[in-house]
Order: sequence, then structure tokens, then C-alpha cells
Amino acid sequence: MNYWPLLGVAVVVAGFALRRNPVLVVVAAGLVSGFAAGKSVGDILALLGTSFVSNRALLLFALTLPVIGVLERAGLREHARAWIESLRGLTLARLLIAYLGLRQVLSMLGLTNVAGHAQTVRPLLAPMSEAAAEKRHGALDHAERQRVRALAAATDNVGLFFGEDVFVALGGVLLIQGFYAQHGIELTPLHIALWALPTAIAAFLIHGVRIVAFQRRMQRAVRAPAEAADAAD
Amino acid sequence: MLRIEHAYWLLALFLTAAAVLNLRERRAWAAAFWAVLAALFAGGDAVLAAAHAGDERPAQLAGLGVIALALLAPRMRRGHLPERDAAARSASAARLGHRLFGPALLIPLITAAVALAGERIAFGGTRLFATAQMTLTGLALSCAIALLAALAATRAPPRAALGEGRRLLDTMGWAALLPLVLAALGGVFAATGVGDAIAALTSAAIPVDSRLACVLAYGLGMVLFTVIMGNAFAAFPVLTAGIGLPLLILRHGADPAVLGALGMLTGYCGTLLTPMAANFNIVPAALLELDDQNGVIRMQVPTALALLAVNLVLMYVLVFR
Repeated sequence: MNYWPLLGVAVVVAGFALRRNPVLVVVAAGLVSGFAAGKSVGDILALLGTSFVSNRALLLFALTLPVIGVLERAGLREHARAWIESLRGLTLARLLIAYLGLRQVLSMLGLTNVAGHAQTVRPLLAPMSEAAAEKRHGALDHAERQRVRALAAATDNVGLFFGEDVFVALGGVLLIQGFYAQHGIELTPLHIALWALPTAIAAFLIHGVRIVAFQRRMQRAVRAPAEAADAAD
Repeated sequence: MLRIEHAYWLLALFLTAAAVLNLRERRAWAAAFWAVLAALFAGGDAVLAAAHAGDERPAQLAGLGVIALALLAPRMRRGHLPERDAAARSASAARLGHRLFGPALLIPLITAAVALAGERIAFGGTRLFATAQMTLTGLALSCAIALLAALAATRAPPRAALGEGRRLLDTMGWAALLPLVLAALGGVFAATGVGDAIAALTSAAIPVDSRLACVLAYGLGMVLFTVIMGNAFAAFPVLTAGIGLPLLILRHGADPAVLGALGMLTGYCGTLLTPMAANFNIVPAALLELDDQNGVIRMQVPTALALLAVNLVLMYVLVFR
């Protein structure tokens, strides 16, 4: 066993720790691993090139940017905010938990590309979350606004990851089935997908509780200075 | 017939436009970055076809392009580009109201329609969509249709599409590219045996007679490996071949279906924790203009750790039923 290619992993860890530009770090790690495995310059370049162009699908989300940009120019974020403000009883927690559930169910049906950070979080969920948070505790300061946005993005990720594996015809389950088939164990996709359900439910409960706790903490932060001012009167 | 390559060509056009707009504003490094990327997208199929036919030279040229991108990336300035002023946006929002949601919702609706029914759409015996990556082809088509709808609904001039799209693209800058180079790194790691080396080290270090130790090694190994590779799909075959199959299934009689499902989901807990999963963790931080590049990860840590604990308990209880 040649352990030298592990140097590539070390380059990644060191590069991220030293806060070097991630694109540079990652490409450098690939070169280091390639050389450590004893490959020639030509082989490494070809490997890097084919790996890159084979994964072009990962940038397709950029096609949504002109649409989102035109709509933002015409006030999409402002309207999303205004609409949420007009809905009584819609709190940050209710909005995000509903989105979490919807995202999980859509992923379970195989509709993973329907939502996402470019498609739904930036234009819709993030401004809506800010507006819902502001309804309860007034204007958000810069740090609070950033935390609300981060929570909206995190909610999208949790919903996607822990719904996807319940769908029988999607990457995760097919990869598991294919791996076992290669090693002589035959399983049906449904059999595998079923065992992803307990974790899907746990993910919904755990992240839901965290969303509620986040909202409570924000409200307490607002109430505390207000009560201090009352006590001073 | 619409194929995924058409989507890549469309994206190449958009990237070229972004390069031209940057060049006009004398942001030369950004212009060069998007131009190289546009060339890689436009020429990608030729590269793969040539590599398939045994000619490595186009692939080597693409490899040089990737290195050029890596050298250009640190020189790009990222940041908030000027937008239309807030008063004009608010007035437009009040005038257009819910009509603004229509084009935004067209993207998920058309994507879902193609995913569900795309195989059945045909004209004169020719199918509209190729089977390979049909959902993503649908996503690209839905973006094109939604753009026309957005221009019609907002009466924005068509060149606004390029200007505004480029504004968002430059807001993200090199972060948009990170998922792609990380996936490429995954390919390089797989081809150079990094996974096998890690699996060999892990299985040499655990007491194989203890069920608990094997479950912990498998689960935590999935997390660790996913954190390093940024992708549970890359970790699963390595860890399951190294620990899951020989130790848990063959030696301790674990149920393969349960072990596979829970092993993969345990890996997903690692995906929530790592900057290497850039498309989920770093891209949204850039898209939402967060000051802290790791802001999304920080928000996910408690959920990921709690879920990891649940998964390990479920695994220990369920696989040995």
C-alpha cells in the first residue's frame, strides 16, 4: 500500500486552516496526490481535466442567476418580505419548519433539484425569514440578519439530505444497492430506502427543535434590554 | 433532442458574457477567470470524446485550464456589486406584487414536470429529452423559460438579464467554482488510492472482536472520510468495503440493508460539517453574502452532532436485530 497520496489530504487540511484561497488549495492537493502516487505530469493533467469536465453539472445552478437577478431588480426580495409581513401568525419558526418538511417530502419524491440555495433560498426563503423574524422583534442588526440567513440555508441542507435517501431511484440508494450487488449481496432499493425513514424523522424533529430554540433566543435577546429599561423607571 | 450538453453550451454563453462585462469594467482577472471557465464548458464534450477515443491531449489542455483557474482565483475581488436603488425596487415590488413570484416558481415547477413526465414528451417519434441527466436538462430549460417570463412580467430590458446575472455571479466569484474543483479532486483522490490508504489505516487501528468498536469505527469513519472528501458518496464504497462488509456484515452478522442506509446517512452528518462540501456549505454563504465563509456550517453543527448520535444508536440497535 502506497500511503504517500495521503499528502494531498494534508495539503487540503493545511490550506483550509491557513485560509488560503480554496480553489488554489484544492487544485494543489490534486497535483500533490498525483505526484505522490507516481503519476507522470501528462497523466495528472489529463486526470484533472477529465475529472473537471465530467463534473460540469455542479455549476448548472448558475443558469438560475439571470432569472433571479432580473426578478431581484424588479423587487422580488422586497415583495417576499412585504408578503410575509402581511401574513399574521407566520413566525420564523413556522416558516422554516414548514419549509423543512416540504423540502424533505419533495426530496423523498425524487424532486431534489426543485429547491436549492440559488433557486429558492436566496430569492425567497432568506428574505422571507428575515421578514418573519423582524415581525416579532423589530429591525434585525447586521449580525442577527446574517444568522437568520445562515439558518435558512442550513434548513435547506437538512431537508435535502435527510429526505433524499428515502427515495428509491436516487443516487444514495442506488449507490448502496450497486455496491452490495458488486459484492454478491442482492437487495431491493425499497428495502434500503425504508431504513432511512427513522433518521429522516429524527432530522425533522432535531432541526425543528433547534429552529424553535433559535427563535426563543432571539426574542429573549430583544426582551432583556426592554425589561432592564422598565426596571430603571 | 435536448441533451445536457446544450445546457453546458448555454452556460458557456453566460460565462462569456460575464467575462466581456468584467473586461469592460477593467476587472481583468475576473474577466480571464470566467473566459477560461467558459472555454472549459464549451469544449468539455470534445475533451471527453477525445479521451474516450484515446487522445489525451485535449484533456491535458483542460487540466492546464483548471490550473489557470486556480492561479486566477486568489486575484479576483469578490463583493457586493451595485444594484438598482432600493426605492426603485420597492416601488416596482408594490406595482408587480405576486406577479414576481410566478417566474421564480416556474423554475421548480418545470423542473419537476420534466423529471416526472419528460420521458413521455415526444414529437413525431423523436423524444424531446435525452434520458441522461434529464432532470438537470429540465432545470436548464426551466431557467430559459423562466427568464423569458421574468423579462415579460417585469418589462426589464433583455440586457438586464446578463447584467443582473453577472452581478450575482461576481458576488459569488470563485466560490461558484469550488464544488466543481472539489469533485475533480475526488476523482484524483480515487485514482491515486487515497481512499484505500485511509481504509487500511482505520481497519488496522480497531479491536475487531467488539461489535460496538466496529459500529463506532464505521460510523465515525464515514463522518471523517466525508469531511475530508466533502461527499458521502465517495466515502461509502471505501468505508463499507474496508470495515462494513468484512467486519460488521461477515464477522458480526449485521443486516446489510440497514447498515447501508444508516451508514450513508451518517456520512451526510459529515457533509453538514465540512467546507469541502462547498456546493451545500460555501456557495450559500457566498450567495447570501455572509461575512463568515463558514457561517452556514456553524449553524449546522448542533443538528449534525445530535443526528450523528441518533444514527450511531440506531445503527447499533438495528443492524444486529
